[in-house]
Amino acid sequence: MTNELDIFVGNTTLIDEDVYRLWLDGYSVSDAVGLRVRSGILEQTGATAGVLQSDTMDHYRTFHMLERLLHTPPKLLHQLVFQIPPSRQALLIERYYAFDEAFVREVLGKKLSKGTKKDLDDISTKTGVTLKSCRRQFDNFKRVFKVVEEMRGSLAGNIQQHFLLSDRLARDYAAVVFFANNRFETGKKKLQYLTFGDLAFCAELMIQNWTPGAVGEQPPDPPPYSQVDDMDVDLDKEFLQDLKELKVLVADKDLLDLHKSLVCTALRGKLSVFPEMEANFKNLSRGLVNIASKLTHTKDVRDLFVDLVEKFIEPCRSDRWPLNDVRLFLNQYSASVHSLDGFRHQALWDRYMVTLRSCLLRMYHD
Amino acid sequence: MPGKLKVKIVAGRHLPVMDRASDLTDAFVEVKFGNMTFKTDVYHKSLNPQWNSEWFKFEVDDEDLQDEPLQITVLDHDTYSANDAIGKVYIDIDPLLYSEAATVISGWFPIYDTIHGIRGEINVVVKVDLFNDLNRFRQSSCGVKFFCTTSIPKCYRAVIIHGFVEELVVNEDPEYQWIDRIRTPRASNEARQRLISLMSGELQRKIGLKVLEMRGNAVVGYLQCFDLEGESGLVVRAIGTACTLDKLSSTAAFLPACNSPSKEMKESPLVHPPSHGCRSTHNSPIHTATGSRLTQNFSVSVPTLIYTGMGSGSAGKEGGPFKALLRQQTQSALEQREFPFFTLTAFPPGFLVHVGGVVSARSVKLLDRIHNPDEPETRDAWWAEIRQEIKSHAKALGCHAVVGYSESTSICEEVCILSASGTAAVLNPRFLQDGTVEGCLEQRQEENLPAGCGFCHIPYDELNMPFPAHLTYCYSCRKQKVPDVLFTTIDLPTDATVIGKGCLIQARLCRLKKKAQAEANATAISNLLPFMEYEVHTQLMNKLKLKGMNALFGLRIQITVGENMLMGLASATGVYLTALPTPGGIQIAGKTPNDGSYEQHISHMQKKINDTIAKNKELYEINPPEIPEEIIGSPIPEPRQRSRLLRSQSESSDEVIELDLSHGKKDAFVLEIDDTDAMEDVHSLLTDVPPPSGFYSCNTEIMPGINNWTSEIQMFTSVRVSRLSNINLTNQTLNKNFNDLCENLLKSLYFKLRSMIPCCLCHVNFTVSLPEDELIQVTVTAVAITFDKHQAVQTTKTHVEKSLQRASTDNEELLQFPLELCTDSLGSHPFSPAKEHLESASSNSGIPAAQRATSIDYSSFADRCNSWIELIKLKAQTIRRGSIKTTVSVEKASPLTEGHFRQRSAPACANSTVGVVKMTPLSFIPGAKITKYLGIINMFFIRETTSLREEGGVSGFLHAFIAEVFAMVRAHVAALGGNAVVSYIMKQCVFMENPNKNQAQCLINVSGDAVIFVRESELEIISTQQPIASCQPACGGGEIAT
Repeated sequence: MTNELDIFVGNTTLIDEDVYRLWLDGYSVSDAVGLRVRSGILEQTGATAGVLQSDTMDHYRTFHMLERLLHTPPKLLHQLVFQIPPSRQALLIERYYAFDEAFVREVLGKKLSKGTKKDLDDISTKTGVTLKSCRRQFDNFKRVFKVVEEMRGSLAGNIQQHFLLSDRLARDYAAVVFFANNRFETGKKKLQYLTFGDLAFCAELMIQNWTPGAVGEQPPDPPPYSQVDDMDVDLDKEFLQDLKELKVLVADKDLLDLHKSLVCTALRGKLSVFPEMEANFKNLSRGLVNIASKLTHTKDVRDLFVDLVEKFIEPCRSDRWPLNDVRLFLNQYSASVHSLDGFRHQALWDRYMVTLRSCLLRMYHD
Repeated sequence: MPGKLKVKIVAGRHLPVMDRASDLTDAFVEVKFGNMTFKTDVYHKSLNPQWNSEWFKFEVDDEDLQDEPLQITVLDHDTYSANDAIGKVYIDIDPLLYSEAATVISGWFPIYDTIHGIRGEINVVVKVDLFNDLNRFRQSSCGVKFFCTTSIPKCYRAVIIHGFVEELVVNEDPEYQWIDRIRTPRASNEARQRLISLMSGELQRKIGLKVLEMRGNAVVGYLQCFDLEGESGLVVRAIGTACTLDKLSSTAAFLPACNSPSKEMKESPLVHPPSHGCRSTHNSPIHTATGSRLTQNFSVSVPTLIYTGMGSGSAGKEGGPFKALLRQQTQSALEQREFPFFTLTAFPPGFLVHVGGVVSARSVKLLDRIHNPDEPETRDAWWAEIRQEIKSHAKALGCHAVVGYSESTSICEEVCILSASGTAAVLNPRFLQDGTVEGCLEQRQEENLPAGCGFCHIPYDELNMPFPAHLTYCYSCRKQKVPDVLFTTIDLPTDATVIGKGCLIQARLCRLKKKAQAEANATAISNLLPFMEYEVHTQLMNKLKLKGMNALFGLRIQITVGENMLMGLASATGVYLTALPTPGGIQIAGKTPNDGSYEQHISHMQKKINDTIAKNKELYEINPPEIPEEIIGSPIPEPRQRSRLLRSQSESSDEVIELDLSHGKKDAFVLEIDDTDAMEDVHSLLTDVPPPSGFYSCNTEIMPGINNWTSEIQMFTSVRVSRLSNINLTNQTLNKNFNDLCENLLKSLYFKLRSMIPCCLCHVNFTVSLPEDELIQVTVTAVAITFDKHQAVQTTKTHVEKSLQRASTDNEELLQFPLELCTDSLGSHPFSPAKEHLESASSNSGIPAAQRATSIDYSSFADRCNSWIELIKLKAQTIRRGSIKTTVSVEKASPLTEGHFRQRSAPACANSTVGVVKMTPLSFIPGAKITKYLGIINMFFIRETTSLREEGGVSGFLHAFIAEVFAMVRAHVAALGGNAVVSYIMKQCVFMENPNKNQAQCLINVSGDAVIFVRESELEIISTQQPIASCQPACGGGEIAT
């Protein structure tokens, strides 16, 4: 005797958080049943494996039906078919859009076009995240990207409004979208030590300060093309163009020497790595300024993080700079520029350096 | 031109994409009523169109208003080809036709398509302007209220309960018309949905007319069913109980419930115009022999068992004259009716005097085409026959009425089993429309107030018992005879006293039958039926004993016919009634006493059974108090002897079950194990696993013994279809399979709902059908309600119970002081918020305390007068009264529990958001008060698919469909302004599949009452006024006694 049909429909849709987790993690029904058995639920409840199987199937079916709605969360709120308390709706959405650290590090900065099945296959093998789950996460990125890509206004705000995510998760998605749009390279071996948190932190700062949307806080004079450009998703092209002006800081030898002496005077006796700093100052400064001046090229934008690591973090790390010394140095390095009389781009320098300094500090770890 | 229907189409949302090119839709709406149609403009290129139409006005007869549904069709405009239908919404505008119900229907309705399911939503506003029309010959019955609830709805008071109304209409099933071969499945489904909607409208209108003729204003316990007879047609039939209801305003002064019907009510109750089925008004009761039958078609009558348990009994000689008088009155009130039936399962206090037992009748019929749909005489005659049989069964039990009455059918090909069942009862005439009421007022003073045990007292004559049974004196009042076991189809009366908790008891049975055609088939079925009934009964009895209980409530026996088998499923709620004797155990006896190992086996089994009984008693907290010496040795010493005598009579009539004489005062059941079959039976007895701890289940409205409900409820429907492996099917394997299916289903439910523990599954309703040869479909609808496990409530309860016990033994003394007691009970009114709550939430012994105190059993009064012993006891009475006082004072403590309850429910309701619609099969919502009934919800849906695999197979298909049905019910309730459906029932869920063709079809019929409820915590202010109204029926009784 086999059950051909076996369903349970509640007036209030039953959501089992544990089963939802298993479903999101991409386990098949039988794997999920196995995992639940191992969790000791049979002993706790006195249920049989058959009961567990039927229960799991039922939840999976419900989730499958809900998935269509979860793709556009506002629909989940307004639909009439599933009566779900608001707190549960929020949980369903939040968990559906949550992603794995391991997975996101693999796709961050990659083009969110048709994630070829083969790519996801590889990622799945590499990260241990099931292919199903990888696909869901990838599709979530793609879906969010598509919806907010062309939108004006705050990126995280748009995401929150259209996907009803928590503040934290919306900001993470903003980072994902920002990385995907600018195609920052994050996959190189030397970048592997960076966590998603590090990169999301940088992305948030860049969104705040380096996009046309950030102009609002900056002096006015709105660039004419901001009408066409996205506010938060793309870097501010005019700003990138202007960054070329910073080149004078390293190209003008006098200016460079003056900058160095200002920094060294201020930091003498305060750094444990003072000699190394003094010896490396010109290299470091050249590195940071050159990064700025090259950002007009898309290719160099993509390599921003690689360059930051190669040109600044790795040299400091090889000389074993403590984090605090790095902080002191960067503070002094950016502040001293204000005392350079021949340098006219103070505001531009600040817009660049404030963000860069925070990013570097965040990225400076093992 | 008595009505103007106005409809406005506001907007749509979430429409499906109909134009692949643009990913958008050009939607417009057709609004149709009768044969008038209006259209909105096309709203181009949007999935969320804003039509904001003008008001479409339909001027129509109120007859049409009742019959016709409003039909709204959403279409996609197409310039070059035919417009594509997106889906439809049918709106039953009946709720707008009563003055007190909804005034406007406004809200978002799911747009439903029979092939695609729900496709977006549409916002509609509907209003009706009714013009008063005093035409006497009208065919409409606007204004008659309908309730699915099988008790007097919470915010009404029954002035008169008129009685049974029934009607049926027949038509050809569109699915079987020739045109069905050329039209699309969608067109066919829609034709069917529309036809059924029309037919049920018509049926409701006709029933309404009957009610008006009886001078009632409402139908309570309205049950409408469809018989899909296939080729031979489509029958829509309904039964209900006509009543005159009065709305209780919260400030209502309390009128005695018994105020007699106004003069006009004295007219004979049933005067039907000839056009409506013509029943003669004064037909004398017919005692037809069960065999004789007007068979214009082939039909087989089935000898019917009368389930009363084994019990039977009588008024003792002493009470005779009074009882006879009572009987006469009721008789005269009821005999003018053709069928003194009531579809109610719960009654106003005092309504139910005695309960005889379950009566049921079945009849096997062969279907043939209904030739003239306007004269559905055949079907009418069939039901009339069955009802006649029920009536005569009730008579045989000394009862003049049948309560908890219901009818059902099971159809397989051209064979149809008609079933009817109910509980034979003696009713108090004061609620019935009865000219003799006033004349007998004096006698009634003593008789119309049954004690908590009164309904258990046998209504039939002890010396002329309809069946073998054995009787004892009532364990509560010691005055009247009671049966040892009581089976009923009704809910546990609120004033009944029980010990411990109840539980769901099911008997399950399958019988193979040869495939046969027509008459041979019908004969085979009717030959099997009596055996099935017998076995179901035996199983129920055994399981009841095993639980250590002595009464069944809410008994529902369903016999389902399939191609090659019959299935029987009986569900009931077992309880331990204080008034009935402690059930004896079960004894196993082997047939071959010589075999040593066999003996050992038997004794092993016996031990297991005894252990189970002991365990169950503990589980359900059944610990009947020891009966004090004084009572055992009290006035009437002979009961035991007498019951022995009776038992010796019954002995010979039973093959399997025998009453063991040697077993002393605990009467044990003997199960003889003479073959493997019997062995199986015993095994199956022991395989039923009790629910996991923290879970209780029952199929009645409320769980006896639980009164502290909290507000969380979860209504659900679960469906399972199992395929039997075809090889070597025997009755035994079949039984086992079926048993497993049901048990596993229950286990699954317990598991799924484990987060609600402690909780109780209430109103568990199983339905079995046999859609195909090897398929068994079981559908369960129930509601899980959480309760507060806090012991405080439990302990007060047991205190109350104990003092009740004492009070009840003293009951006799109470009688001497009706006046004083009445004042006592009036004095307790200030505390009745608790009472009100308990009454609505659960029937617990808390309530009966007061009622019991005020109640008087006339016959025990008579007893006493006749007995000199009483004279002596009278003198002791003053001392005893002390214990009554304590009863009352314990009751006063219950407002505390009430307060506790409120605290619990308050946080829960803080979470509830706008738009949530609760659904429950119960007539109430725990922790809340129903403030308004908005009208009946009666919906019929068909869903079909030709892409079964793509929709997730049969499970995916049905899961989605049921979820959609819930959604549509909720949407309609919300549009009426309601926030809950009570007395919700899924009456039909017919599922057919054809996996080879990747197709499936399902028909679902649901109904319920749309209501507005208010959380008790929000009711604080009103609740101070409310007790006056709510306790009024109870006081009514007291008033007479004064």
